[in-house]
Parts: sequence; C-alpha cells; structure tokens
Amino acid sequence: MSNAKYYQFKPFNVGRLVVWGAFALLLIVAPLVFSSSLALTVLSQMGYTIIICLSYNILLGQGGMLSFGHAVYTGLGAFLAIHALNLVGAGKLPLPVSLVPLVGGIAGAAVAALLGWVTTKKGANTFAMITLGVGELVFAMSLMFPEFFGGEGGISSNRVVGKPFMGISYGPQIQVYYLIAVYCFICTGAMFALTRTPLGRMLNAVRDNPERVEFVGYNTQVVRYIAFIIAGFFAGIGGGLTALNFEIVTAESVSAVRSGGYLLFTFLGGAVFFFGPIIGAMLSVLALVLLSEMTKAWLIYLGVLFMVMVMFAPGGFSSLIMMNLRVAAFGKFRRLWASYAGLAATLLIWLVGAAAMVEMIYHLQLDAGSGDEVRFMGSTLNIQSRGTWFAAAAVFAVGYALFELVRRRFKQEWGTIQEEIEKELQRKGNA
Amino acid sequence: MSQGSVSTSGGWAIELDDVRKNFGKTEIIRGAKLQVKAGERVAIIGPNGAGKSTLFNLISGRFGLSSGQIRLHGERIDGLRPFEISRKGLARSFQVSNLFGKLSVFENIRCAVLWSQGYRYVFWKFLADLHDANDRAEEVLKMIKLDKKRDIAAVNLTYAEQRALEIGITIAGGASVVLLDEPTAGMSKSETSRFIQLIREVTVGKTLLTVEHDMGVVFGLADKIAVLVYGEVIAFDTPDAVRANPRVQEAYLGSVLAERQADQQAAGH
Repeated sequence: MSNAKYYQFKPFNVGRLVVWGAFALLLIVAPLVFSSSLALTVLSQMGYTIIICLSYNILLGQGGMLSFGHAVYTGLGAFLAIHALNLVGAGKLPLPVSLVPLVGGIAGAAVAALLGWVTTKKGANTFAMITLGVGELVFAMSLMFPEFFGGEGGISSNRVVGKPFMGISYGPQIQVYYLIAVYCFICTGAMFALTRTPLGRMLNAVRDNPERVEFVGYNTQVVRYIAFIIAGFFAGIGGGLTALNFEIVTAESVSAVRSGGYLLFTFLGGAVFFFGPIIGAMLSVLALVLLSEMTKAWLIYLGVLFMVMVMFAPGGFSSLIMMNLRVAAFGKFRRLWASYAGLAATLLIWLVGAAAMVEMIYHLQLDAGSGDEVRFMGSTLNIQSRGTWFAAAAVFAVGYALFELVRRRFKQEWGTIQEEIEKELQRKGNA
Repeated sequence: MSQGSVSTSGGWAIELDDVRKNFGKTEIIRGAKLQVKAGERVAIIGPNGAGKSTLFNLISGRFGLSSGQIRLHGERIDGLRPFEISRKGLARSFQVSNLFGKLSVFENIRCAVLWSQGYRYVFWKFLADLHDANDRAEEVLKMIKLDKKRDIAAVNLTYAEQRALEIGITIAGGASVVLLDEPTAGMSKSETSRFIQLIREVTVGKTLLTVEHDMGVVFGLADKIAVLVYGEVIAFDTPDAVRANPRVQEAYLGSVLAERQADQQAAGH
C-alpha cells in the first residue's frame, strides 16, 4: 500500500534525521567558524530571534492571525525572566540560571492565557485590531509602573550568579550562546512537532476556513486560544533569552516598534513554510546589527525591501527558495543561470545608483553639519557637486533600464519553465 | 442542558416546531413544522426565496431562531452553536463549496474526522500515529472516489471534485443526520446522476435532508418530500402524494412543469 508512508510515524526517518542533524551541527559549529566577538553577538541574537519569529509564525502562518502585538509576550517574558534572575542573584529563588528563560516562557504563556481569550474571539481584522490595542495598553503600562518596568533605564541584572556548574558560569558570551543554541534547537523542534498534531492541523483549517471548522465540531476560538498561548510560551522563552543575553530589559522591548519588527521579518522570511521565519530571523539580526552599522539610512532600505517583497514575492524568501528548488528538481535550473547572473549584475548597478542618492540626501538633510562629503563604498561623494548627483542619477537610470530588460526576459523564461513543469505533473497525474 | 433536552418524541430524528426567522421586518421562515423519522430521506423543494437554505442554516446553528424549537433525536438544539450541534451528530454541506482551500484533499477529510474520533484539541500526539482517524479518512476518500487526488490542494480540484469533497467533509464525522444544501448545484446532467448515486451510497442508514432543484433527482432519491413555500411547509408526504397534491401543484409544481413545457417547446422550435 502506498498509503503506508502517511501512516507510520517514523522517528528514524532518514531525511528528517539529516535535516535536524545538520541544523544541530550548524548551531554547534557556527561560533567556531565565526569566532569574532561581533559574530558571537550576531549568532546569539539570531538564536533567540529564530525562536521568536517561529512563535510569531504559529499565529501568522499556521493560524492566519496577523498580530501587531507579539512584543507584549516576548517583552513581558523578558521582564519576568530578568526579575527572576535578580531574585536568583539575591538568593531568594533557588533556580539555575539555565532555566531562567523558562520563567519567561511561563510568563509569556500566562499573559497570553490572560489576554488571549478576548484577543482570539474573532480572526482576521478583529484579531489584528485587538492585538494592536493590547500592545498599546501594555506599552502605556510600562510607563505607569516603573517599579516593574524600570522606567527609562529599564531593569538590569547580572547573569553570573551562584557557583559555576561544571565550569559554566555564563560569564563568557560563548557559554550564553550555547545555552541559546540549545533552547533554539529544542524550541524549533517542538514548534515543528506542533504542526504535526491534531491542534496544529486544525489551526491550519481555522486559517483557511473558520466557518467550516465550526461545522466539523471545533470551536474556532478555542483552537486560536490554545495556539495563542503556545505562541506566547515560545515568545516568552525568546524574551527570557534576550534578558540573559543583554542583562538588561527596557520598556522598548514591549513596544509596537518591536512587534512590527517581528511581523516584518517573519513575513520577509516567509510565513508559508515552516523554515521561513528562521531565514527572517537571521535577516533581522543582520539588518539590525550589521546594516545599521553600515548606514544610517538602513530603515529606508529595509522599508523598500519589505515593499518589494510584499508586491513581488508575498511568500517571502523561503517560497522563492522553494520555487527555485522545484525548478531544480525538474532539472531546469541550468536554463536560469544566465538570467540570474544578469539580474544580479543589473540589480547591483541600479542599487548602487539608488543607494548613492539615498546616502547623499540623507546626509544633506540630517547630517549636513559634518561637511559636504559622504563616504560611499570606498569612495567619497561631494553633495555640493552637481556632477556627483548627475552621475548617481545616471547610474540609477542605466541600472534600472538594464534590469528591466533582463527582468522581462527572465519573466518569459520563468513562465515557460513553469508551464513545462505543470505539463509534466499533469502527465504524471494521468499516468 | 435545558429541560427541553428530555426526550419526548418517539423516534423523530429531526423535529421543527413552529420555527420562525425574521431578518429585520421580513419574516423568512413563518412557522415551519416538520417531523422526520430516523433513516428517512427527505427532499425539501420550493420556489426560489422560499427559505430552504435559511431553514438549513437554522437547523445547523449558523443562524439563531426568532422563535420556535428544533429537536435532534428529541433533544433541543435551537440556540446551540454550530460546533455543539455538530458534536451531537448533525452534519451539513454547503451550496457553495466550503473547503479548507490550501490543505490537501486528505487533510480536508481528516480535519472533519478528528473531533468524532475524540482527538479534539490534542497537541501532544502526532497525527501520523492516529491510525483510527487516518483509516477513517482513507475510507471516506475511497467512498467519494477522490483517493487518487489525496495530495492535491482543495483549491486545485475541478468543480465536481470539490462538490464530492464537500460531501466527504460532511459525512466524514459519521453524523447520523445529514443536511445537503443543493449538492448537485452547477453540475451537468451526467455528473448529477453519478453524484446522486454517490450520495445514496454515503448516506446509507442515515437520516438525510436535502435541498434539490432537479425534480428527477428529487423523485428518484427521496422517500418523502417537503414543500416549502414562503417559509411554510405546505406539504410533507411521499413523492406520489406530493405530486398529486393540488396545493403543491398550484404553488410550485405547476410553475415548474410549465417551465419545463416551455423549455421543450423552445427546444422543439
């Protein structure tokens, strides 16, 4: 029976073992390959951002719930965790530091249980509006209760408390990284497992057609509510890890800006596939840590990227990858190489022109006090010289024209290939 | 449970007692009465706007009643929410296919099976391990003849396949009372006759209420026919008796027959 493969759960499924093994290996090896302190910072942040974006995608991708207030759960998890850490430090709470993120998780789940029943009453727009309201409410509370939220300075702590256990004191960043990595692996596994359970599947059903779900025996609100609490739990763990990582939590961590960031990067990574948010989380840290170092105008680039993705690739980077893998699986990827190279080259020209202008405008408007010169890609641009502007505009225009030419050709090729694949699939289906 | 849940009736699967429904000032269902025996196949017919779909929406809990009572196996179900009614063993299909679009055919059916197999909101067991639920889903797939399409997303099915999946989702949970809202709507003649055969197979031993327009189908499929005109059941009897009923002929069948004659004349010219 060919059906057998859908039935038996095979814990030693080879493909699955390889993927998860590679993931674990990557988490272990990454800090050995990228060993600078900056790299370690980036990797640590990636670890918990992956947990947070995946937890966000339980709502967005799995359940079709567009939340504008996910930072409430990560943030409150972080606050509870750092208070717990302070209690541990004061000797009032006998808890190993390794388990402090779990305090965040339980806090996240508890807050989600408290606020979730109202929030999940309806899906779609109502849900989005309520999360926005709850987010503002909690942020306002953060200013009203400085004892808990620490006011402007936030709450700080020290993770090196108690006696080192087997040499682990969490003093060195590398030890914190590996703690984050362990949490990241377990949480990712747990959230993937969730998608394979009755609740996980009914959550997909609620996303696709909440009305019909009510006619097959399920209360949609209960499905959403339980999923919301689970998402809150993992969000809280992520928050708890931020508390350990930075040893400080400020009111900003429950803000709408933070919530918007989780939404944006989960979307960029792609909500359709389980692994999409992992890509999104990695991008998020790269943008926040590296791009923001490279240019002050980084938010503009991020905004443009987001807009372009919403318009042209609403499935995010993960679905771009999956679409190309499909082409590759049918042995047609080689035909796209030339186009991809062309696209990359012309896009680069276009971007250089655009970025030069953006940087100059940014400098002119916000940074004019520091002189007329902008450092850009190893060269110096003078914002007073008309020639510089003209050159940038020319590069921009030429880049765009070339890109458009290549893009049209690519679009045609892509369409042909997709048609061929559809035909092959149909032939197989009929056979 | 309310006191109305005490069983007072002898073997009625569905009882409608003076059911009324207003939308604003307009009364759509005006004191509908109906008693269906367990195991009966009932077709509800009536002119457009008679309230057939509204009646189904009331029975299945999609809309609330304005007044009256509905009982399922003697137990009151009016005022209950759709999932509560579903858990008591009443399932319905929709006139416009109402599927889980991005999920595969198999997943669509399995979603409709899970509650009845007792898995509810479980997130500590893997779907792949739920052999009873998976077996039942496979069985339903074969019954609706979509086992070859099991991994295709519901949105990518043909129209007739979507109609079959719609029926599959409806019967998958093993409900004892099944409501089908125009199951053959939009199908060709040959598709319809095949589909009626399928409906017959999958509803064996169940109480069936169906809204249907095709008179050939109605007279072939149903043990009894209920005629709904302007929100009232004006006749409820065997097909032959209904056909002979002068009130029915005047209110409804006459116009249908006249239409058919007009069609034939038009075809003849």
